[in-house]
Amino acid sequence: MREQNPEISKGVDWILVWLYFILVAIGIMSIFAATYRNESIIQGFISMKTDYGKQSLFFVISIVLGIFILLTDSKFFTATANLFYFFGLLLLLLVFPFHTEVKGTKSIIRFASFQLQPAELCKIFVNLALAKYLSRIDTDFSKLKSQLIAASIVLVPSVITIMQSETGLALVYFSFFLVMYREGLPSSVLIIGFSLAVLVIATLLLEPNTLAIILTVIAALAIYFMRRTIKRDREVLFFIVAIWFVCVGIQRFAVPFFFNNVLKPYQVQRIYATVGRDFPIDPATMTPEDIKKVEDKKKASSYNVKQSKIAIGSGGFLGKGLLKGTQTRYDFVPEQRTDFIFCTVGEGFGFVGSTILLLLYLFMIFRIIFIAERQRSTFSRCYAYGVASVLFFHILINIGMTVGLVPVIGIPLPFMSYGGTALITFTVLLFILIRLDADRQMVLR
Amino acid sequence: MPVFNQSRQTVIRLIILATFVILIVRLFILQILSPQYQIQAIDNAVDRKIIYPDRGIIFDRNGKAILENTLTHDLMILPTQLKGIDTIGLCGIMGIDTAEFKQRLVAAIIKNGRYRPSVFEASLSMDKFVKLQENIYRFEPGFYLQDRPIRSYPYKAAAHLLGYIGEVDSSILKRTNYFYQIGDYMGLSGIERFYEPVLMGTRGVRYQIKDNKNRIVGSFENGLYDTTAQAGRNLRTYIDMDIQVMAEKFMQNKLGAVVAIEPKTGGIIAMASGPTYDPNLLTGSQRRRNFSWLLTDTARPLFNRAIKGQYPPGSTIKPTQALIALDEGVITPRYGIGCNGAYYGCRRPIKCTEKWSGHAANLRLAIAHSCNSFFSNVYRLAVDNPAYKNVDEGYAHWKNYMNSFGFGVRLGVDLPSEDDGLIVDTSFYNKLYNNSWNSCTNVFLGIGQGEMQATPLQMANMMCIIANKGYYYTPHFVDSIDGKGAGDSILNPFHVRHEVTHIPDSIYEIVQLGMQDVIENGTGRVARIPGISIAGKTGTAENYGIINGKREKLEDHSWFVCFAPRENPKIAIAVIVENAGFGATWAGPIAALMMEKYLNDTLRTERLAEVERIAEKEIILPVVKQKRMRLDSIRRVRLALEMGDSSALHNAIPAAPDKPEIDPNIRKDKTIPVIKNSTLPLRDTPKPADKKNDSIKAVAILRKDEGTES
Repeated sequence: MREQNPEISKGVDWILVWLYFILVAIGIMSIFAATYRNESIIQGFISMKTDYGKQSLFFVISIVLGIFILLTDSKFFTATANLFYFFGLLLLLLVFPFHTEVKGTKSIIRFASFQLQPAELCKIFVNLALAKYLSRIDTDFSKLKSQLIAASIVLVPSVITIMQSETGLALVYFSFFLVMYREGLPSSVLIIGFSLAVLVIATLLLEPNTLAIILTVIAALAIYFMRRTIKRDREVLFFIVAIWFVCVGIQRFAVPFFFNNVLKPYQVQRIYATVGRDFPIDPATMTPEDIKKVEDKKKASSYNVKQSKIAIGSGGFLGKGLLKGTQTRYDFVPEQRTDFIFCTVGEGFGFVGSTILLLLYLFMIFRIIFIAERQRSTFSRCYAYGVASVLFFHILINIGMTVGLVPVIGIPLPFMSYGGTALITFTVLLFILIRLDADRQMVLR
Repeated sequence: MPVFNQSRQTVIRLIILATFVILIVRLFILQILSPQYQIQAIDNAVDRKIIYPDRGIIFDRNGKAILENTLTHDLMILPTQLKGIDTIGLCGIMGIDTAEFKQRLVAAIIKNGRYRPSVFEASLSMDKFVKLQENIYRFEPGFYLQDRPIRSYPYKAAAHLLGYIGEVDSSILKRTNYFYQIGDYMGLSGIERFYEPVLMGTRGVRYQIKDNKNRIVGSFENGLYDTTAQAGRNLRTYIDMDIQVMAEKFMQNKLGAVVAIEPKTGGIIAMASGPTYDPNLLTGSQRRRNFSWLLTDTARPLFNRAIKGQYPPGSTIKPTQALIALDEGVITPRYGIGCNGAYYGCRRPIKCTEKWSGHAANLRLAIAHSCNSFFSNVYRLAVDNPAYKNVDEGYAHWKNYMNSFGFGVRLGVDLPSEDDGLIVDTSFYNKLYNNSWNSCTNVFLGIGQGEMQATPLQMANMMCIIANKGYYYTPHFVDSIDGKGAGDSILNPFHVRHEVTHIPDSIYEIVQLGMQDVIENGTGRVARIPGISIAGKTGTAENYGIINGKREKLEDHSWFVCFAPRENPKIAIAVIVENAGFGATWAGPIAALMMEKYLNDTLRTERLAEVERIAEKEIILPVVKQKRMRLDSIRRVRLALEMGDSSALHNAIPAAPDKPEIDPNIRKDKTIPVIKNSTLPLRDTPKPADKKNDSIKAVAILRKDEGTES
């Protein structure tokens, strides 16, 4: 094949392709393990009525798409990046008038028997558009204006997605800040963002007054240790006091305001559940409907995580073997072929299997970063970092959720979770990268 | 291309690496360091189902099954499958309205959840079952019929000996170290309880995998850990069901007990306690309700008077007293006294029924005529035996004799909760009489009154000792257990021969002949059977009770003990009918009919009318009927208040809800609620906690004004 058609295979990173095949194969096997019900296996694959049969079909479609992408000229992506971005935004907006509500999400458009989730697809377009913007000759990313534009490219679809009740997918867009960091976003932004996250978590964990005292003590210590600098420069003192004010303000007012007025009660509840605390139900501010909703969600999400932990935990060192996992085979874990697909691996193949899977993912991400760094063009590098960031974020959230480290946020595990849109999205994301990498000697704009 | 950002790829790599390390550490904690998840997974998905074996069957001496395992039919409901089912039609068949239907549905869901079947109606009546069987296809799969094995009793008899099975309670769970589980059935009384380890069989366990909705989806590890159930072993007993049914028929309108034993083996041929009940009452759906009805019945039909009823033995103890004196060597068979109708040896005279001199000229005559003087004297001779240094020691020896005969101790019959009767210790007299007493103080013991009580079983066992000329086997029901197994040692105590006296057979012969004279021309003439030599003894035991707070002397208990044939004893019987007067009046004929039936296999035709006469005869004190009426009227008033309908007050039938729900015909000719304690029949409020104390006190009161005795 290489002989006949050197155009396709030239420069293709086969390691990445093989990793892709291995992960999708593990995914189909896990879906099979979770949904197999003693039917004829061959018929199950051919008839397309079973989930593993359908996923195999999506796999075939993905490969076809991948070949198409490899046949495309790399310049096509730079040329159409902005166009695709606006097309993506249009699709996202079209959801509002044309959506079909499925399982509480409003993000799905349905034609005939085919469902499309634009929020999922949009990741590709945002990645392309961000790479395009960052690689422009007249973009000086050290300027605040450019940074704000880049941020808004990422955040606009995120906000639209939040409005469609898909918090998980919306959060994914934040992973693109990793790309911006690589391209020169001041590390203070990341540090401040990280500190804010710590502050918010501390707000959830600690009593308001305790936290205020701790913050005050920290501020006092900072003033004490920096007293010499302060003597020389009064502004430092004001700076420290200002930070203290902001922190207490966030802790005392911003977080409660955000929780009470912006987030849905069940979302707040999930966040609380993750840090191991009960959601404070306040009958004064909440309607009975909301309270009921919170309690239902509380039950459901704690049940999910509990069952998921039992499934993974019962796998032990080597696991119970394929199709031997009682928890995943008999529906104890909800959503086990989609968001909780990792449980099947955890139960069936134990610590060894789960670790190997994680190392495969890690290897893939590192390989992508390695690829990113060998690009001559900024566009390709940014795009590659975007792919790595999205994969990283998905894996972190998804597996973190199944092992009870992260709130239950419904996002798929890349290449493995059941679902056509997700598999096709990740395939396209990856194969555009492979295509760009094949042309790594070219400078794309 | 800004070169200065090159270093940031390392930062990004480190962040990613750190995250993956955290995830792997977390997996390590979950999968390697947390074994509880494996247990939880098994709890989640593995269903441990116990397979119950069939309980063993109990057969009588002729190989007839006294009880059987039969099937009842339960209507089961599966709440998830109710869609599209004609529930109105079902209500029509079941005879319930939709409100009742909903109530039962909700109860089922609360009990077992939507996905597991629950009992909609247990133990369907034949009528409903037949109708449902024809129509069940209309109601499937939301409803289905399920068979359930229960005990059934084809003879409707032997309730007291067989006992009943029931659900285990928490105390049993703890005591058996959770060998039983909640919902298990086990023998709770009678033979069912005593032979529980043998009867229950070996339970099997089946492990099955269930899904998240508790539906069974397959076997666990292909049945690697499963064990099979082994059926319980059958019991072969000495019981003769013909005799047993007959004995219960006699006792149906009376309080009292009948015990018949095969002397050579100690095997119990029949044991009846009046009033009794139909054992079928305590199976099936109405068990709980019937049980509480029987429990609150003032006649205490659940009380097995044959092993728990404690009565003064009266004259029936006299042959035993003779044996003690003979064994101690203080009298010989030729010993006799001149009696003119009373015993003057102690402060107050003890009257005697016979007045003509010479009726106590020797042992045989004294037994035949039941001479009070003779046996008062014999008792004193035994206790005042010069071989012992004082009356304390003499009495202690006498008590040892009584205990070795089985009085005042538990014999060890194969039924739970046997009572031991009463033979008091010397310390009792020392305390009561301030260490100042002599053989006159308790001389009434010689004639079976005073501080002495015996169970009917003990009296029957005593007859076995006399019949065997000096030994007995512990009375027991079970001859053998089918098959071999670990439980066989349970029968070992019943194969031990107890030698109790050292009296030559020739002297026993004289005691036996004296007892034969009782039947041939003494007080027991009523028990004569042509062609059979019978040895027996009547007894008429005085007793007192407290009626409306006043202590009153009640009608005497009627005793009769005997064995036959005298030369080669095959059956020994003890009969007591409470408050029935002379021993010969009721107890005697009952024993005679049972012996005739057992030894001849049939009754003479002219005796059949006698059977009916005795069975029909109701022997209940008037005061007992008053008490029963009072109870009934309280029930009626309560019912009237509940119903808000005064017509219930005028209804002559006792309040319906309090009647057990079985064949009403059985109930009608069965027991009459009487009083609680057979020793002191008419106490108003029995206090079981200090029953022993009570009876000692009562006996102490009794002995103060002891009268005469026949």
